[in-house]
Amino acid sequence: MDRHHPYSQVNGVSTGTTILAVKFNGGVIIGSDSRASMGESYVSSKTINKLIQVHDRIFCCIAGSLADAQAVTKMAKFQLSFHSIQMESPPLVKAAASIMRELCYSNKEELRAGFITAGWDRKKGPQIYVVSLGGMLLSQPFTIGGSGSTYIYGYVDAKFKPDMTLEEATQFSTNALALAMGRDNVSGGVVHLVVITEAGVKHIVVPGDELPKFHDE
Amino acid sequence: MSEELFPEPGWLSEEVKTGTTIIAVTFDGGVVIGSDSRVSAGESVVNRVMNKLSPLHDKIYCALSGSAADAQTIAEIVNYQLDVHSIEVEDDPLVCSAATLVKNISYKYKEELSAHLIVAGWDKKGGGQVYATLSGLLTKQPFAIGGSGSFYINGFVDAEYKKNMTKRECQEFVVNALTLAMGRDGSSGGVAYVVTIDKDGTEEKCVLGNELPKFFDE
Repeated sequence: MDRHHPYSQVNGVSTGTTILAVKFNGGVIIGSDSRASMGESYVSSKTINKLIQVHDRIFCCIAGSLADAQAVTKMAKFQLSFHSIQMESPPLVKAAASIMRELCYSNKEELRAGFITAGWDRKKGPQIYVVSLGGMLLSQPFTIGGSGSTYIYGYVDAKFKPDMTLEEATQFSTNALALAMGRDNVSGGVVHLVVITEAGVKHIVVPGDELPKFHDE
Repeated sequence: MSEELFPEPGWLSEEVKTGTTIIAVTFDGGVVIGSDSRVSAGESVVNRVMNKLSPLHDKIYCALSGSAADAQTIAEIVNYQLDVHSIEVEDDPLVCSAATLVKNISYKYKEELSAHLIVAGWDKKGGGQVYATLSGLLTKQPFAIGGSGSFYINGFVDAEYKKNMTKRECQEFVVNALTLAMGRDGSSGGVAYVVTIDKDGTEEKCVLGNELPKFFDE
């Protein structure tokens, strides 16, 4: 017999999402919204964390299937902890990105998730790598991802500057995420930022009612 | 099979679309309306320099997106209807009248037509005005964007739009928005066409590809 389930019940939980990473003078900021959705209509979580720490100063931003993303980042975290024991040193950001790429490329028929890997290491300082769906690895000074990123390519292309201060980069990130959340109905909730520098890691949460307001808001 | 090595080019079998970026924005005293110039069929560029801004009357223009054939036909029909209308009322038509005529056709034939037109212009009753006519919905807005490239500039226009811009600021805003969209959308490109309309008349301008402003990665 044919049972009719709503679209949301058969497609699984997705971070249909906006994620972002940008370098500034002395570090890197990563950011995301906090909405998890099923199908395109049901908000299954308002406060999901999409910025996964895989080592002390290395994070992954996740977009796409939440189950896939959690499985991949968990494996990456394990491999990196093993790698850092072998090397007797914190891993390079590029090593983390390469592990992500290897996992995504080897399993690309099964996976429906894309990642941004960002962090700081002593060899090259702040770095950002994109591992797209399918497993391509690319280094970028800033990058965006997820369904909401479509709406803010124009904004970030126009506003990005190299060597921003921490304050400028924080404002850039908050504005970009707020603009995406304003147009994409599977992005929303709060802005979650992580600032990664040589000195360490700092989390910032901007609640929905404190987000900057733009046209029509 | 050799057919797979050399698939036929898209323009032989795909519908021709102005898959496209269009924008119209009000400023203090008038409107600026703009478009890119790429016409595509599948992944082929059919025309590199098509002007997608069509006059509906002396001070009323529309920007075309969607099926090139449908959009052009709607513009031609409304242009004719407005000419008759302005003779009947012995005056220049209102921008709202032009938008209503476009809306009527879009709604009545919405199963057949696949086009979205933005209508913008100046009239003595309401000054500069912008109307969007998505599938027969008529909505007046301070600015409107449309076409496949418009998705990439939603954030930019929401952040950068200001009421009561000067004419020059508005022209710059329009060119920047088009450039950012053309940089990301494969179906938008070429040159930027810009028409500025105020009570003194209309001013047409074409900004060549090598004269467009440069942003990240350009």
